[in-house]
Amino acid sequence: MTLNLTPPAHPPTAIATASTYAGRTIKQFMRTPQLLVVQALTSTMFLLIFRYVFGGAIQTGDVEYVDFLIPALAAVSGLFASGAVGVAEDSESGLFDRLRSLPVPRWALLFGRSIADTALICWGTFVTLVVGFIVGFRISGGVAGALVALGLCVLFAVAFSWLQIYLGLVSGSARAAQGISFAVFPLIFVSSAYVPVSTMPGWLQPIAENQPVTAMVGAVRALTLGGDTEALLGHSAGWFLVRSVLWSVIILVVFISLSARRFARL
Amino acid sequence: MKHYGDVHALDGLDLVAPAGKVTAVLGPNGAGKTTLVRAVATLLRPDSGELRVSGLDAIAQPDRVRRVIGLAGQNAAVEPALTGRENLVMVARLFGHNPTDAKTAAAVVLAEIALTDDADRPVKEYSGGMRRRLDLGASLVGSPRVLLLDEPTTGLDPRTRIELWESIRTLVANGTDVLLTTQYLEEADQLADHVVIIDHGKSIATGTPTELKARAGLDMVEIRVTHGSDLGSVAAMLAPLGTEPPRLDETGRRVSVPVSAGTDRLADAVRLLSESGIALDDIGLRRPTLDEVFLALTGVSA
Repeated sequence: MTLNLTPPAHPPTAIATASTYAGRTIKQFMRTPQLLVVQALTSTMFLLIFRYVFGGAIQTGDVEYVDFLIPALAAVSGLFASGAVGVAEDSESGLFDRLRSLPVPRWALLFGRSIADTALICWGTFVTLVVGFIVGFRISGGVAGALVALGLCVLFAVAFSWLQIYLGLVSGSARAAQGISFAVFPLIFVSSAYVPVSTMPGWLQPIAENQPVTAMVGAVRALTLGGDTEALLGHSAGWFLVRSVLWSVIILVVFISLSARRFARL
Repeated sequence: MKHYGDVHALDGLDLVAPAGKVTAVLGPNGAGKTTLVRAVATLLRPDSGELRVSGLDAIAQPDRVRRVIGLAGQNAAVEPALTGRENLVMVARLFGHNPTDAKTAAAVVLAEIALTDDADRPVKEYSGGMRRRLDLGASLVGSPRVLLLDEPTTGLDPRTRIELWESIRTLVANGTDVLLTTQYLEEADQLADHVVIIDHGKSIATGTPTELKARAGLDMVEIRVTHGSDLGSVAAMLAPLGTEPPRLDETGRRVSVPVSAGTDRLADAVRLLSESGIALDDIGLRRPTLDEVFLALTGVSA
């Protein structure tokens, strides 16, 4: 080699690998304003449509619809995110081939991706909260509850980032990833995110009642509403909290292992 | 051997790329070139067989192989939103360099691929050729012992292709092992010391470009006559010089005579024709291109 370079003595650590790929991906986000704007617009558009168009027709008992809606949107930002498309783009561009030919722990690359995607999801959550406050959302559950709610939103963001990573890995192309992303929409709509489950047809209620989004949305809602959530939402804050954390752990375990396996043989 | 369902992508491919040389794997689309590179790059695992890279067992110890290879794939796998320098620093870090060494390695490679002046511009402003050069650079920041180039110039215009060849030649001048795949015969001819022609996952010929050309046989004495009516008499006159009957091209007013010992036969042809006084537009010796080698070996044009 004509290059006067010494090869490195050791392969990179898992932490160096994850932070390098996360850093690159966050830089990519920051320098692609369209991406940040689209993420913000998607969050805002659904928020405004439900707040001002459908909201008036939805009965949420003693809870103001805006206070019912905003915690839900904050909790599910990760399902509206474009993580799957980003992963598919890196696969399609040949970047994954290069990265997988390097002496890195391959799973650490995926953790780096998850860190960056979580940051992007949190940006969407932030926009949702800011717009939410502008259109009348108020927290009545106290500071501690609000902080736990925020922590839960981040936990859900991490969990959904792994779902998105897996969808991106199996989709094969950015275009397909875009399509697959819509597959998660029933998960959002057949839940208590926009309407109380009690208004759904009887056969649909058990599905809506027992799926992860309802648990997650319920936990954030209960913590921000405060007061007697049992009376307002049908269950205590603790009931929602335990279920939402369990669901997050299940999502993480399932999609981290599926993604790692998929990425290793890709 | 790599099986894809019922298809054996590399069915009994047996090849040795000599150390310190540029080995070109040449073949048409679907011949198994990319599968081969992906196997050597540890991106896929052969179902059977043996694969050694720089003496390391690529099937048992892929991690060790990854420390000695550099890969530049078919796409320029560089991030458009990042600058050229940032792209190289990222790969250098992932090769194991600490932040300081990664910056040094990136700077050295940028100078080598003549991108220092554009190093701090985002790659989205780069031309196609600059992106390929950067991609080539990314395969070098880890100082690999084995460089894998999968169709490095596919999709480039001829001028950019020649520029990239220059870069590759400079970079490999000092005896790095290079495994290069290409469907361009000219590229193999330009860059490689050793050529392996593969088709349908099998190696069908190996040798230096010169040896392979010699195997397709034969030099041609080619004559273009001024008047088409002279074609027959020229062919008859030169037939004794050839190892095979002369080939006639009526529309091009051309006679091609396959010969061995080309330069001697060319001199004979010139003498015979000047004695006969037949008017000629052109006479010359044409050596076979690798394209013709391929045609001769596979029966299909590459």
